[in-house]
Amino acid sequence: MIKKGWLYWLFFLALFAAPFYLTEFRLSLLGKFLCFAMIAIGLSLLWGYTGILSLGHGVYFGLGAYCMAMYLKLESAPGRLPDFMEWSGVNKLPWFWKPFEHPLFAISSAIIIPVLLAAFLSYFTFKNRIKGVYFSLLSQAVVVVFVTLFIGKQEWTGGTNGLTNFSTVFGFLLSSPLTQIVLYWITVCLLLLIFLFSRWLTVSRFGRVLVAIRDGENRVRFLGFNPTTYKVFVYSLSAAFAALAGVMFVLQVGLISPAMMGIIPSIEMVLWVAVGGRSSLIGAVIGAIVTNSAKSFFSENYPDIWLLFLGGLFIGVVMFLPNGLAGIYESLKQRKRHGEGRTHEAGSHVSRSVGGF
Amino acid sequence: MSVVITQIFNGFSLGSILLFVAIGLAVTFGLMGVINMAHGELIMVGAYMTYVVQQIFSKYAPQALEYYFFAAIPAAFFVSALLGWGLEQLLIRHLYHRPLDSLLATWGVSLILQQIVRIIFGAPNVAVLPPGWLDGGIRVAGVVFPYKRLFILAFVILSIFALYVYLTKTPVGRRIRAVTLNRDMASCLGISTRKVDAYAFAIGSGFAGLAGCALTLLGPIGPTIGTYYIVDAFMVVILGGIGKLIGTVLGAFGIGLVSTLMEYSTSATIAKVIMFALIIAFLQWKPSGLVSMKTRSLD
Repeated sequence: MIKKGWLYWLFFLALFAAPFYLTEFRLSLLGKFLCFAMIAIGLSLLWGYTGILSLGHGVYFGLGAYCMAMYLKLESAPGRLPDFMEWSGVNKLPWFWKPFEHPLFAISSAIIIPVLLAAFLSYFTFKNRIKGVYFSLLSQAVVVVFVTLFIGKQEWTGGTNGLTNFSTVFGFLLSSPLTQIVLYWITVCLLLLIFLFSRWLTVSRFGRVLVAIRDGENRVRFLGFNPTTYKVFVYSLSAAFAALAGVMFVLQVGLISPAMMGIIPSIEMVLWVAVGGRSSLIGAVIGAIVTNSAKSFFSENYPDIWLLFLGGLFIGVVMFLPNGLAGIYESLKQRKRHGEGRTHEAGSHVSRSVGGF
Repeated sequence: MSVVITQIFNGFSLGSILLFVAIGLAVTFGLMGVINMAHGELIMVGAYMTYVVQQIFSKYAPQALEYYFFAAIPAAFFVSALLGWGLEQLLIRHLYHRPLDSLLATWGVSLILQQIVRIIFGAPNVAVLPPGWLDGGIRVAGVVFPYKRLFILAFVILSIFALYVYLTKTPVGRRIRAVTLNRDMASCLGISTRKVDAYAFAIGSGFAGLAGCALTLLGPIGPTIGTYYIVDAFMVVILGGIGKLIGTVLGAFGIGLVSTLMEYSTSATIAKVIMFALIIAFLQWKPSGLVSMKTRSLD
């Protein structure tokens, strides 16, 4: 355990030092992937630990990003209407855009709005004991609702193009390399905080209740716990992580559109967690980075077949690596620990977690 | 008056399309409990099969081109069913006790199928010319009922009827229902659940192919046609309730009627948003849908 903790710190130290050994382009990519890693941690808590598969986290990511983007849009052209509103023939700033002129309001609502939405939806859904597959499909329906709304209300949200063309944040030039490096460091710090908090949560009593809910919700209920409270909390928490990721994403990438919060991105988020290992927090982080690196590598080099590759990855991970990359690590470690005298048994462990069925 | 009739007809027409894309799911998801995200792509395969059959007819039998649709229907059904059967044998079979994993794996399948179709037929949409005898419509009391939409309505009613007869009157259908009700008990009584799973999945996939065939009458088809319908199809099945075909029928026509009514009073975007919000709200009230099998099991 102590040795493993040492590895975590080394990993985060390497991330902190990234601006010194990566080019500007690679650094901005890594910053983007670290935002995705935040979402992945939340999803790992939700899916790996509590057994709730959400296909709707694109919404929380998108809402956080849009709130931040609204502020950036207004700051970039103070006193004037955002360009897309002029094109759509709007001549007055809508009332709900007004408060986003203040950065504090924008950042706090970027977290609060998604969390409130998540708490509202999950409270009623979990209270009525809608779970498993039904919850997954309902959360997917929520994505459809929001994407349709954001595309349809073009005069308020920029439609399919989304919000883009920002120049400054809090007075700093977004395009300057220094701002980008500072934003990158903020992202790493936030990721580290989220990671430590989630790890503390999972080893606490609370985390054990979550695992108990995953493995036998009714028994937890019979023991006198109320699973709804736990599930609503962990769902809202993962929504907060996704929203925070959205805020940092929009600052670094400078763009948010409905295509980034739709059904396909929402399912891809689950893939990151599946690749890394759903019940391993560090696995989720590594999964997000590895999957997205592979995606950008393949879509740059083989644009025609990269969807085949992505699809194959989905099938391969589910069929052969149900515990993801972290699962391989665990079984290798197990083999080592068992020593030579019991290689036979250790071998069966490996084949079980790698073979899957 | 004619406005009301038009709206109701449009509602039934939309409902029939929704029903078509959802019947196959009612079998694979409703009866077998597998979340097949590749269902939309099986619809797409059916649609492209119709295109292929039309191309073959216009090349080798142009004199019979008017009636290509009657060859396209079985072709779409069997190709999709075969694909579904292969999918079940290779992939789904190993995931029956892991529904969330079946969702991810079949999503991967859907990406692959889309890309394969793009490689074979190209990314742009292809147009299937509907047979000439489906042009025009009947005029009743000042309202025009297009033949195409009436044809789809009749087609889906026939398909549902055939599925119903298959499930209730044939030995294989009865076995499918037995496995649905209690898999372990059915297996104890000597039913080969593996065979039944394969049959049911092939049938569900075949109906997806039929849906694709019907969709070609409405407009051009492209590699992403399946993704348009997949969420709607799941909503129909969930709203209708699991395990009973009548629920799917009610769910589809309910959604069709309510959304055309709302589209009439608001815009299409808002109508879709309200419709989905209503479905989500309704499920909070009745989590097991409109019609569901009574069960005393805990989970």
